Amino acid sequence: MFLNIDYNVWWYLIFGAIISGYAILDGFDLGAGALHLFLNKEESRRIAINAIAPIWDGNEVWLVIGGGALFAGFPVAYAAIFSAFYVPFMIFLVGLIFRGVAIEFRSKQPMLWWRKTWDIVYCVSCIIIALSLGLMLGNVVQGLPLNHEKEFSGSWTFFFNPFGILVSITTLALFMMHGAIYLTMKTKNRLYAKLHILANNFTIFFVVSFVITTLYTLLYIPHLSDFFRGNVAFFIIPVLMTLCIANIPRQVKRGKFRYAFLSSSATIALLLIMVALEAFPFLLYSPQNPENSITVHNAASSEQTMKILLIIALIGTPLVGIYTGFVFWTFKGKVTLDEMSY
Amino acid sequence: MDVEILARIQFAFTIAFHYIYPPLSIGLGLILVIMEGMYLKTGKKIFEHATRFWIRIFALIFGIGVATGIIMEFEFGTNWATYSKYVGDIFGSALAAEGIFAFALESGFLGILIFGWNRVSPIVHFISTILVFFGSLFSAVWIVVANSWQQTPAGFHIVGEGMNARAEITDFWAMVFNPSSVDRLLHVWIAAILAGAFMVLSVNAWYILKKKHLDIAKPSFKIALVVATIFSLLQLVTGHHSSKGVAKYQPAKLAAMEGHYDSSAKADMFLLGYVDAKKQKAKGLFIPGGLSFLVYGNFDEPVKGLNAFKPDERPSQVNAVFQFYHMMVACGMIMILLSLIGTFLWWKKKLFDKNWLLIVFVWSVLLPQIANQAGWFTAEMGRQPWVVYGLLRTSDALSKSVTANQVVFSLILFTIVYIVLFALFLFLLNKKITQGPVDYESKELIDEGSKRDNPIMSH
Repeated sequence: MFLNIDYNVWWYLIFGAIISGYAILDGFDLGAGALHLFLNKEESRRIAINAIAPIWDGNEVWLVIGGGALFAGFPVAYAAIFSAFYVPFMIFLVGLIFRGVAIEFRSKQPMLWWRKTWDIVYCVSCIIIALSLGLMLGNVVQGLPLNHEKEFSGSWTFFFNPFGILVSITTLALFMMHGAIYLTMKTKNRLYAKLHILANNFTIFFVVSFVITTLYTLLYIPHLSDFFRGNVAFFIIPVLMTLCIANIPRQVKRGKFRYAFLSSSATIALLLIMVALEAFPFLLYSPQNPENSITVHNAASSEQTMKILLIIALIGTPLVGIYTGFVFWTFKGKVTLDEMSY
Repeated sequence: MDVEILARIQFAFTIAFHYIYPPLSIGLGLILVIMEGMYLKTGKKIFEHATRFWIRIFALIFGIGVATGIIMEFEFGTNWATYSKYVGDIFGSALAAEGIFAFALESGFLGILIFGWNRVSPIVHFISTILVFFGSLFSAVWIVVANSWQQTPAGFHIVGEGMNARAEITDFWAMVFNPSSVDRLLHVWIAAILAGAFMVLSVNAWYILKKKHLDIAKPSFKIALVVATIFSLLQLVTGHHSSKGVAKYQPAKLAAMEGHYDSSAKADMFLLGYVDAKKQKAKGLFIPGGLSFLVYGNFDEPVKGLNAFKPDERPSQVNAVFQFYHMMVACGMIMILLSLIGTFLWWKKKLFDKNWLLIVFVWSVLLPQIANQAGWFTAEMGRQPWVVYGLLRTSDALSKSVTANQVVFSLILFTIVYIVLFALFLFLLNKKITQGPVDYESKELIDEGSKRDNPIMSH
């Protein structure tokens, strides 16, 4: 117990914060990549790549930290989730490999065919990453059939259910909107004008897919909104989120992309907070036999480890915050290409 | 094939491929710190050009290292779920610490290292280079601690029984400083530094042979030669220390390394040979009683042999462990020999006169790579049949919900992807090396032309 909240719950909150950090930070990298082929000129594509080149690697580290945090704090959940999602996760990982090397390789040769090939690899892998991430998130939220050893007892075709697919598409839309807004902050002139239009369109794409997913949830998976029905005070969160979402097209229209970016970041965070509240205390719910579900209590490491992890997080997080801030500050403003650029 | 062997092949393949890159990042990191430090101290352009050249190579290597490394973190969960549950309490905290203390530092400042040359002051850039180097050193710390805990578990107790048994931390620092951590970490660090040093030696030896970029190649070669000489000799010390630790804590592994079966006899040390598993004897060229001497300082002292262990509690691939171990030692010895010859000739002022030596140095980049791989194969195969020594068998560590078909699918996927990656890596590395260091001062001239054909802009 620390501040009257037990360690497991603390670690659940920290894990949630890390995942939100990942979704916000790598979300704009992935979104920028997913819309890459909408940019036609070599110069535009180069600027778009250089807008994320110095920082995407640091952003992806949040995924690594998240993986470590889950492994350390909730090893049973780590084991169950990744072995259950074996096939989509392998595809996700291959996507991550190609996203990384495409950024690295693209600029290394001047030939147009070389660059166009890597543009396609880059864009497709970003789309695959976003879709598979959403698919896994949707299935975690909805729950998986688990046996008494707390391991997945279905086949991988199970994941392609309507809710999983809807969340998958919504995730892609969210990232594309977020990425387009990010790129508008980093560009000028005609590329900026083009991205302004794209940001608008992806916002519509996101709102539409989000509304459909929400309606589907309310109609077909009512237990996912039990928490908010039972705790009316927490209704403030979906309300806030709705305001944030509504604020995005407003700011985009006014050309205030920094505010739009803050709003889309807040949207991502609030969405994940909602998911976390609805899921709690389950890390992986088993709808068929709830007694096999994995919770923050039956999946957790020992109290000793939880204390160590909290100390690691308390020392590490401010450090990461400081140097992430410093690096972002160094590369602030519009992209300018120099001899070190990709 | 069964899931166990497939999962082991997949893990070995993905980690072996990944492990080409991180040691190079660590080693080149040190070289970059030295070169950039020399640049700041002397202000000489040649050091600037050398630094910026190696930054570009570093970026390529680091990129593939990150891309292939992320697989590793999740493979524990995908393929080794039972293992993950068993060790999560311990291994997980090391991994979390690695992410937050090492990778975040490394990846954060990498952006400044690669893209920041004109954006931050030289001193801030230098500090970023140092921080990236430190980040890479730290990343080795936590993963080696975690792996060492699997070799020599300490600071824990077992909770639960049968399939629900798992290890829990009782003493964090005892876990971190388990009996093999420090020896193995130093051994891994130095091996990584050698990987970087020999790469710089190799590339510059090639330039010198081709009479290209001589003003940069010669000093760079000398810097790397100093590093190689110091660290290849130091590696002898950590290697010796490490083997004594293996003798004490993992006698079955040590016995397999030298193919030693009979516990009542003195143990020989082989230079070359093979293990005849049927006759339970190693054959080849050896120093009688050499291993006894190495461990106990006495040529006649008996060493615990493989026969002292039940057949199902000792490594099944004794010959493989034997060969990998000797391959590592042989590469290490050749590195020492090469660095000493180089240093001697430098002292005689004839360092760059011998073409045959430069040719050998061009190929020497493979030595630390082979030694690194062989060393890890020795450590991991020598630990079998255990995944956590004496506690958890590899065969019990698998994910139960994952089928052989799924592993075949991912194994094929990774094989194709990694072959493509490796080919591209060699192609681009070769291009960069052929292009050589670039004089950024004259870039205005080149800028006048088409951007697309500009070798600098297309870096």
